Amino acid sequence: MTVRLHGVGYRYAGAERPALLDVELDLGDGEVVGVAGASEAGKTTLCLVVAGIAPRTIGGRIRGTITIDGERVDDWPMHRLGGRVGIGFQNPTSQLSQVAGTVFEEVAFGPMNLGIARDEIVDRTWAALEALRIGALAERDPRRLSGGQQQLVAMAGLLAMRPAHLVLDEPTAQLDPAGTQLVAGAIERLAAGGASILVTEQKTDLLAAVADRVVVLDAGRMALAGPTADVLADERLRGLGVTEPALVRLRRLAGEAGLDRAPMERAAGA
Amino acid sequence: MAGRSGLSEAAGSGRGIPSSLGAPGPTAYHRLNPLTKATIATATAVAAVVLGGLIGPAVVVGLGVLLPGALAGVLIRLVRTALLFALPLAASAFLVNLFFFPEGRTVLFEVGPITATAEGLAFALEILARILAIGGAVTLFYLTTPPATFVVDLERRGVSPRLAFVANASVQTVPALVERAAQITAAQRARGLDTEGSIRKRVRGILPIVGPVILGSIAEVEERTMALEARGFTRPGRRTLLWAPADSGAERAARWVLLIAVVALVAARLTGVWA
Repeated sequence: MTVRLHGVGYRYAGAERPALLDVELDLGDGEVVGVAGASEAGKTTLCLVVAGIAPRTIGGRIRGTITIDGERVDDWPMHRLGGRVGIGFQNPTSQLSQVAGTVFEEVAFGPMNLGIARDEIVDRTWAALEALRIGALAERDPRRLSGGQQQLVAMAGLLAMRPAHLVLDEPTAQLDPAGTQLVAGAIERLAAGGASILVTEQKTDLLAAVADRVVVLDAGRMALAGPTADVLADERLRGLGVTEPALVRLRRLAGEAGLDRAPMERAAGA
Repeated sequence: MAGRSGLSEAAGSGRGIPSSLGAPGPTAYHRLNPLTKATIATATAVAAVVLGGLIGPAVVVGLGVLLPGALAGVLIRLVRTALLFALPLAASAFLVNLFFFPEGRTVLFEVGPITATAEGLAFALEILARILAIGGAVTLFYLTTPPATFVVDLERRGVSPRLAFVANASVQTVPALVERAAQITAAQRARGLDTEGSIRKRVRGILPIVGPVILGSIAEVEERTMALEARGFTRPGRRTLLWAPADSGAERAARWVLLIAVVALVAARLTGVWA
């Protein structure tokens, strides 16, 4: 049961050039695939395509095939796809419904739209809040929270939908280190529970911590793809506009300076 | 596939909805069903307009605005907000009618080429009373009814979730826009924009603020649309509501009585039974 992209390309409405070209991607159960790349490399576009928002909501032209859990989804309406693939965006403000008076109602907004039983909505909402350790915010006004807290609320709203597949577009862009750790922990728990997750990030340290595989995009094409450790240690990474993780950078600098890397490797292993 | 993710295994906490959701208001008037309060506001406004004169609207405002406002403990805020809300329109309507009433014959005083007449004054006071009655009725509703509560109640009664969302979002977006404008003003000031001093300077200072506020809001709409779609907002069928405001047989009866009374008043006025 996977999300599978085969030969996928996408061009925004009115754009001269495609934003994505020939993308081949498999996202399996319990797998976390990280996506890195410079600005305008196509990371957000890939998220929109996988979540079905492009072209259903924003128009444009798509080619190639996308299958979800073995079914082609070309004709699926957005609300059906939304029950299968959840998407979180970078900007927390625009993800909030703006009509909920409390965080609890904000997180419950999606399940309420699905028309499921009230008790299940309440259970899902508390579970999502607790997964991100923000149960204490349940009665707060979501518009009065910090950007980081809003991002966690938006993510909880996404989790409460209980999609089998998650797409997260730079979910920690506005989070402090503690918030980033919470999101990383939630990603790991969700993956352990069988969810497949596509996550784009500028913070390659986060990808190094949570991703099984990493794809690096360059001008809409897949420039690098493979196991996380291999891709993030690839010498071409910096040339593609991606900052290497701190440990990789330390290793490289130590190597360039001719230092003994053994103590560092032992510390990293520990 | 829903329910397969890790979260599905997080057992339901057994906790209900937070106590603040749908918590009863502080006074009996606050606790009335939103539709009842909306009916009172509508009946007050319509009656003030239909009755005409000064005594009719004054009595209606007393019964439909000031008395409930006092019972709800919001009288001072109500008067202040209603005046702020209605005064610009009321003042301009008053002045226009005072000085330019076409059937004005009895001169009260003259200001340059324009003349205030007694007939104009009487009509202007009538208009003033109507505008203040409408302003007061709307303000009382606003002060005693959270918009979300009203929208939930409408949705419970079968109003389309999309329509309810648009109505609610329109009200809720105003504070967000004000906040955004304040942030942009602070940012522009930090970059040297002068928004104080003469009127000319202030007007020149508005453009660099209004532009980003409007453009930013438009840009946000697209992302919000995407987020709403992804959260199942366009799914056909009814949404599940977590709670709904209480309603009672007595309130339903009171709404019908008010509705029938207003319809009868309008009919009497239109047919000339009440001149």
